[in-house]
Amino acid sequence: MLRFVVRRLVQVVPTLLILSVLLFAWLRSLPGGPAGALLGDKATPEGIAALNRTLGLDQPIPIQYLRYLGRALTGDFGASLVSGDPVLAEIGRALPATIELSVTALLIAILAGIPLGYLAARYRGRPWDNATILATLVGVAVPVFFLGYVLKQVFAVELGLFPPSGRVSVDIDATRVTGFAILDGLLTREFDASADAIAHLVLPAIALATIPLAVIVRITRASVLDVLDSDFVRTANAKGLAPGTVRGRHVLRNALLPVSTTIGLQTGLLLAGAVLTEKVFNWGGLGTLIAEGIERRDYPRLQAIVLLGALIYVIVNLLVDLSYALIDPRVRLR
Amino acid sequence: MSAPRRLVAVITAGLLAVSLTACATSERDAGGAAGGTMVFGAAGAPKNFDPIFNDDGESFRPARQMYDTLITYKAGTTELEPGLATSWTSTPDGKQWTFALRPGVKFHDGTDFNAAAVCANFDRWFTMKGAAAQSQMIYYGDVFEGFAKNEGDASGSPVYKNCQARDANTAVLNLNKFKGAFPAAFGLTSLSISSPTALKQYNADAVTQSGDSFTYPAYANEHPTGTGPFRFESFDKANGTITLARNDQYWGEKAKLDKLIFKIIPDENARKQELAAGTIDGYDLPSPADYGTLKDAGNQVLVRKPFSLLYVGINPKNNPALKDLRVRQAIAYAINRDALVKTKMPEGTQVATQFMPDTVAGYAPDVTTYPYDPNKAKQLLAQAGQQNLTLNFYYPTEVTRPYMPNPADLFAAMSADLAAVGIKINPVARPWNGGYKDDVQKAGKQDLHMLGWTGDYNDAGNFVGTFFGRPKAEFGQNDPAMYAELAKADSIPDPAGHTAAYQQANRDIMAKFLPAVPILTTGPAVVVKGNIQGLVPSPLTDERFLTVSKGEQQ
Repeated sequence: MLRFVVRRLVQVVPTLLILSVLLFAWLRSLPGGPAGALLGDKATPEGIAALNRTLGLDQPIPIQYLRYLGRALTGDFGASLVSGDPVLAEIGRALPATIELSVTALLIAILAGIPLGYLAARYRGRPWDNATILATLVGVAVPVFFLGYVLKQVFAVELGLFPPSGRVSVDIDATRVTGFAILDGLLTREFDASADAIAHLVLPAIALATIPLAVIVRITRASVLDVLDSDFVRTANAKGLAPGTVRGRHVLRNALLPVSTTIGLQTGLLLAGAVLTEKVFNWGGLGTLIAEGIERRDYPRLQAIVLLGALIYVIVNLLVDLSYALIDPRVRLR
Repeated sequence: MSAPRRLVAVITAGLLAVSLTACATSERDAGGAAGGTMVFGAAGAPKNFDPIFNDDGESFRPARQMYDTLITYKAGTTELEPGLATSWTSTPDGKQWTFALRPGVKFHDGTDFNAAAVCANFDRWFTMKGAAAQSQMIYYGDVFEGFAKNEGDASGSPVYKNCQARDANTAVLNLNKFKGAFPAAFGLTSLSISSPTALKQYNADAVTQSGDSFTYPAYANEHPTGTGPFRFESFDKANGTITLARNDQYWGEKAKLDKLIFKIIPDENARKQELAAGTIDGYDLPSPADYGTLKDAGNQVLVRKPFSLLYVGINPKNNPALKDLRVRQAIAYAINRDALVKTKMPEGTQVATQFMPDTVAGYAPDVTTYPYDPNKAKQLLAQAGQQNLTLNFYYPTEVTRPYMPNPADLFAAMSADLAAVGIKINPVARPWNGGYKDDVQKAGKQDLHMLGWTGDYNDAGNFVGTFFGRPKAEFGQNDPAMYAELAKADSIPDPAGHTAAYQQANRDIMAKFLPAVPILTTGPAVVVKGNIQGLVPSPLTDERFLTVSKGEQQ
């Protein structure tokens, strides 16, 4: 077990190295470098060339890469070209926002998706089931930025129920402790700051939750139907077990296995959706950093975020493999 | 059954509770007492708050509220007006400028503003060390051309010689040569006057290169200290808000607002929705397509007077036919600029007869014009023997600029006009920052292209000089006579002579050289809610919020 973990962790190194090379080459192959984006409309070709020399961007790409690698190994991922802040500081500031949004969306998707899917299966073929299927079709098909725009227009602009964008109101002077706005309000007993943060979170979280919610509903429904049709459920019913016991212990528990796999897959997609959602709702998380970084060719920022994302992905995968081994003894770890 | 029902009930109750708090929040916002807070939506984050290191509008907007310049621009115009200097004079050769300074002014940190402070700023800029810092002083480099010691790639011999504090309220600036940019350039936001105490205390010159990029010192990030009507309070980077508070010790008319908050909202739709929802009181650069709906909703769309210019560049490098003046004139006659302005551009746009707006000194009312005349264009092409001309025409995508809110539309209309006189057009579309600027300005691959410029201050050299003052890959040909004429105009210190020389240069450019075709001149807009008073749109986008007040919500 320990050897397995160590070996997997060692494998992470070449994975990240290869990724960083590809990323580096790709970013630098994009036309129009950071100098042009930095210097703006008034930039002259000479000014751009001069800034490229100052920044070392006129050097061959392998040399630039080795320099970058050398600095990165000492923990220096450079400063953002846009803000001048160290990129790690930027990421540290933005990460809680993205986590807050993604986790909330995932919770909405799971807590609403499983019961809705279960009910659809249980009332198979009835109006409730048909309505659910239709709704999930729409949910999967609507792009998140469009849904976000509509949600904002209706619930923020027309009805004024929720704030249209951002994470906190400008007149809320919240103390930053962890960077998680809701939690910080609770920790510092500034409860109106927490309430304000929740109000800001509702619309983007719903927008982001829609696709995973729809997917979870459909998978749960299909999975529950499978289990309902299986022999052991028929046997349990035939044995005269109480319907509640059959549903809870036999049906739901067995039906949830494929659902949990889906949730794992959806988590990755959720982060991609978060980039778009953040843009629509001016959320100020990693997605905002990425969008602005691409527009302004902010190499240091994009490199650090993508590498961080890859590292998280690799670690999550490792944890998933480990959890399989723990849940199912048949999976051997060698 | 009961469990899901309970769940639904819990969710509903939660949403209700949340929406109630949201309502409570917005009611509290609505208290429109005198003074009050204005929240203005900005399209991007400032780079930092030290004006000398900046060259973009998003950095300049907060800086303008916190700092003053020696000379300033009269609200809503490009005319000069006293700022920190109550008056200024220059010697006839334009090499010495004497500023009478406003007495009794203090910086936000309590430091006295005086001649020593002015000289400390000019000396600081001139003696700035480090290639990183110098490379970021775009406007200083443009106006003053060089440093005490040029580092890295900086080159050029400095225009600035020294600064003397003749007495507490008189600063004398000595220059090595005159430039046409003076005195208008003394009003540039980049040349704002900072507190010498704060500059020293917060290590203002310590710009360092870190890997591929730059980091700025505490002064630029957290302690900008000027004499302006608002002082810096905070920049919440996580939430993208810059908070400024009224400077009660301001030397002039005090600001009406207690607080001025800039909220950074990069997405234009998001800005529009925030305005509609009432969470911001205004924003910059609304899309011209929204002017109507914004006004219908009770907002004020304040259109700036034109100070930017769109032109169609002509590059004979790869296509010798374009060396013939008659061919270039044919192109000018072929484009229906009236129709473009009427159908494709927002209100306030004007047809350009030359390469500057009519508010700039040096504008000539009597240049050769090229009114829409397709027959004349065909004749000229026939005379030049170019009836089968094929031109590649570059236009940018993924960009809007004040002078071209819709590049593809403008391109389509102009290429249809050119096709109508028998010029075959090969359209070449490139993303703005993803190849367009490289292909057009560096490589000069185009025969025709669309580009423009937004002026910085009231000086003809800032327009025609920038375009045609020296050989550029963009225009592909070498025209020493034109460069000489512009250089001469720029070097005349006497204002009347300066203006006359530029007028003549404009006449010659339009009649003899025609290196490009001026299309239109226009100004972007700023939008504010109906209850906002006193925001004067500036052609230089030099809006000052000290005159702004906020009435009751409607």
